[in-house]
Amino acid sequence: MPNERQIQGIIERISGPLVVAKGMLGASMYDVVHIGEIGLIGEIVELKEDTASIQAYEETSGLKPGEPVICLGEPLSVELGPGIIEQFYDGIQRPLELIEKAAKSHFISRGINVPAIDRSKKWKFEPKVKAGDIVEEGDVLGVVQETIIVEHRIMAPRGVKGTVKSIQGGERTVEETVAVIDDKGTQHEVRMLQRWPVRTPRPVARRLPPNVPMSTGQRVVDAFFPIALGGTACVPGPFGSGKTVIQHQFAKWAQAQIVVYVGCGERGNEMTDVLLEFPELEDPQSGHPLMKRTTLIANTSNMPVAAREASIYTAVTLAEYYRDMGYSVALMADSTSRWAEALREMSGRLEEMPGEEGYPAYLGTRLASFYERAGRCIIKGKGDREGSISIIGAVSPPGGDLSEPVTQNTLRVTKVFWGLDANLAYQRHFPAINWLSSYSLYTETLDEYWNDRFDDEWSGLRVEAMSLLEEEDQLREVVRLVGIDALSKEERMVLETAKSLREDFLHQNAFHEVDTYASMDKQFRMLKTIVRFHHAGMDALKKGAPMNELFNLPVREQIARMRYLEEKQIDQIDKLEETIKEQINGLASGGALLGSAAFKGGEQNVA
Amino acid sequence: MLPKMLPKEYRTISGLSGPLMMVENTTDVRYDELVEIELVNGEKRRGRVLEIESTRALVQVFEGTSGIDVEGTKARFLGGVLTLPVARDILGRVFNGRGEPIDGGANLIPDKKLDINGVPMNPYSRDFPSEFIQTGISTIDGLNPMVRGQKLPIFSASGLPHNRMAAQIARQATVIGEAGGEGHEDFAVVFAAMGITFEEASFFMEDFRRTGALQRTALYINLADDPAIERITTPRIALTAAEYLAFECDMHVVVILTDLTNYCEALREISAARKEVPGRRGYPGYLYTDLATMYERAGRLKGKSGSITQIPILTMPEDDKTHPIPDLTGYITEGQIILSRALHRKGIYPPVDVLPSLSRLKDKGIGKDRTREDHADLMNQLFAAYARGKEAKELAVILGEGALTEEDKAFAAFSGVFEDKYIRQGEYENRTVEETLELGWELLTLIPTKELKRIRDAYIDKYLKPKLAKADSAGSKS
Repeated sequence: MPNERQIQGIIERISGPLVVAKGMLGASMYDVVHIGEIGLIGEIVELKEDTASIQAYEETSGLKPGEPVICLGEPLSVELGPGIIEQFYDGIQRPLELIEKAAKSHFISRGINVPAIDRSKKWKFEPKVKAGDIVEEGDVLGVVQETIIVEHRIMAPRGVKGTVKSIQGGERTVEETVAVIDDKGTQHEVRMLQRWPVRTPRPVARRLPPNVPMSTGQRVVDAFFPIALGGTACVPGPFGSGKTVIQHQFAKWAQAQIVVYVGCGERGNEMTDVLLEFPELEDPQSGHPLMKRTTLIANTSNMPVAAREASIYTAVTLAEYYRDMGYSVALMADSTSRWAEALREMSGRLEEMPGEEGYPAYLGTRLASFYERAGRCIIKGKGDREGSISIIGAVSPPGGDLSEPVTQNTLRVTKVFWGLDANLAYQRHFPAINWLSSYSLYTETLDEYWNDRFDDEWSGLRVEAMSLLEEEDQLREVVRLVGIDALSKEERMVLETAKSLREDFLHQNAFHEVDTYASMDKQFRMLKTIVRFHHAGMDALKKGAPMNELFNLPVREQIARMRYLEEKQIDQIDKLEETIKEQINGLASGGALLGSAAFKGGEQNVA
Repeated sequence: MLPKMLPKEYRTISGLSGPLMMVENTTDVRYDELVEIELVNGEKRRGRVLEIESTRALVQVFEGTSGIDVEGTKARFLGGVLTLPVARDILGRVFNGRGEPIDGGANLIPDKKLDINGVPMNPYSRDFPSEFIQTGISTIDGLNPMVRGQKLPIFSASGLPHNRMAAQIARQATVIGEAGGEGHEDFAVVFAAMGITFEEASFFMEDFRRTGALQRTALYINLADDPAIERITTPRIALTAAEYLAFECDMHVVVILTDLTNYCEALREISAARKEVPGRRGYPGYLYTDLATMYERAGRLKGKSGSITQIPILTMPEDDKTHPIPDLTGYITEGQIILSRALHRKGIYPPVDVLPSLSRLKDKGIGKDRTREDHADLMNQLFAAYARGKEAKELAVILGEGALTEEDKAFAAFSGVFEDKYIRQGEYENRTVEETLELGWELLTLIPTKELKRIRDAYIDKYLKPKLAKADSAGSKS
């Protein structure tokens, strides 16, 4: 296709993933090249007169000066069309399954060229417009059922508008023409297969404010540090604090129609885990396997460094394509630090002047332009349709030190910060999101949404729970200095409730079949019950109820077990409110209840 | 991988600096090509091409550049990359860091010659590691279970018994259900030593010899007085041998790499000689990628019965976990076992610092049909209880025992017993996973039952209540 202005140069210098070629006059920045006789894929990252510096997306061992370099005259692009969902790609959109077949090996050999989208598969194309209709860029011409839950919308490509001259439904491969559009005499043949350069954001009609929540089923996130549809969030944390598990949890339970998961410079086994697990897990919204809405991109840490840099762009371009169909897309990037390191390595080899910690000076702008590709917006085309991309990026700061450049530059552009805490992880409190240091700039906007749904009670509960946790932190400081006996009864009650919030609400077991996901309805009820117990307890204490007996009421064990109630049993949580009242009233009227058989847990304690 | 051609010989060495050598007027030299260097006195050394700029090649000399001159020394470009001859017979043999036998035995008849840099595994072709390995050490089996195909490093520090522990794991590791751990034919150990002392190396050799493990072990040894640059190739050679044993001979291979800190220092030396922009603490910016190309060679493959499990050992400079070497390792490997100087001082072996230690693949290897249904809950509870106990103990140090609540006192007592009974075990004590689990439940009887929030009721009823009843009846008798 784009072979008309092919430019051929020769290799001059090779240093790791960097190849310098001469005789490249006429090539442009970011053009894709084929390097050497075996045809490794690379991208031009610097041009000086006729000399081009190229980052190779494959291992360069065995290349020698004098071998040819062929410029394809086209920037690095991805292929767009049905067949992306359920795929497992490498950093430059080569399906890993096909690589295995082509290489006839479990290992990735070099110079393999496989199509990103299956050319021979036939899809049932169903037109949505008819001949004579006037269409513009972004309009849906027809649809294809890509997976059982994803309807793939074929849109009029960029710059194509006019009158539909012909359009036919039926079985088509992605390369066959499905429609012809006449733009004042120019005939555009539209195929299902389209291409888009990865470094260019796809345009939208206009942006919308992020005021709709994207629930994730994770209590600490949804209740305290929520993310909005089209929002950006970062999860920094030292190793072993659970970044990857959190990313997996989001990929599983986030309320998005499409999930793009990019494993960038991370472990191979983690990607395998996703690949094996997602077809088995059920999406709580559709009831179908999660894989039916997911596409995976993997550039594991031992795969070539330059392709790691590209993988992030590949992922976000695929996400934009589905957004343009009108879907809400969640993009998980694990981890952006590895991407930044790939930038640093190339920058070092290009002998650029280093900025902080050896990272290039343009690190901040690159990060910002990546996160800016998120957002909720009105997409191109007729009918004010809405789409969104929410980006959740993991950051792996060296030594857990958040002052390093990647974390700092990320914090400047993202709106939600989930700070992972190694101490919480040691206590096996997962998700190890520190509730005191984390923040979300969407909290207030989203409160309105949840208040509407939960009788104006939501924001009050959230603020009260948060302030209890804050107070606990101060009280614990006091306890550390002078001991628990120095606290008043009311203060002890605050400690008890905060503990309950931490252990019964914030702590969530990702590997427990029920606890792994909590709907907002369940979260609201749980939070309400804990806060109600606190109010009732405070009242009772003021009336002189015995403190230890209050803390050991059997209902507290029920509160602790709320999280294990299945979604269809959540009305049982509502009933707890009555139980709380009964038992606390029992206390006030002389503790008659204490002798009853219902009281079991406390005996241990006395003994 | 590279086409064979006649070796090209050059006498045009123009400069030497640290481990690097510059050769001029070269033609047809390939990136990463193997170089043979012949000194004036006839000595032969090897190196590889690090960078080529039209007619100049930068060569890294594995054995160091001392004695090389710019006049008489010859550089011969061999046309291929560094390969390792492999055969099943490497088991039971001892090699140097370049892969040449040093045990005085016969030369190896190679079955194959493999590129030591390996090729990345296709993540699509990986099979997820899920077979529990019983190491007989409670802190690993009970709390940080290891599975076949995992890479689980030991973060140690100078003066701690990491070598004894690694030898114990190599000795005891078995997969349960494998007829009591017998039938070791398909089990092999590949041991790579990088810059360790003769004493440490001979400890391993002696231990392997005494326990009869030597005939299923291949040792690649680069001692502290061997050339530092050779250390760059030693682990890759060992892993190439491991890949051959695992994926061509269908064996389960445990690779022990010690000490990664020496490896990283050698890497830093080359980086400094090349005048690269340094990252943290002078280590090159690509340290992460470089380590990953080794660690990621662990794993399992679909349709292959063999596996590679890696136990890299590194000593943390100044016990600092945030030092770049342990830090980057922790980001790549699937967990870490951290040794604690405080426990070691208390005389506890193995001094595993339980709280910051972690096995990321634990959830895949345990549970019903693998170890036991209650394993995961019990593990989480033990962690939480030990963490709380330690916290309570710290509090008691400041305020005295009296300041603790009843529960906290129970937790504090628990943490002491836990260290003494659960963490501590003999160097030759091989606990089965059932013994480890039962021990865990026994210790939990020290804590009020209502505090056991991490465990499902059903398991409490099944495993804890009988123990409590027993303890009660025993208590009433006395």
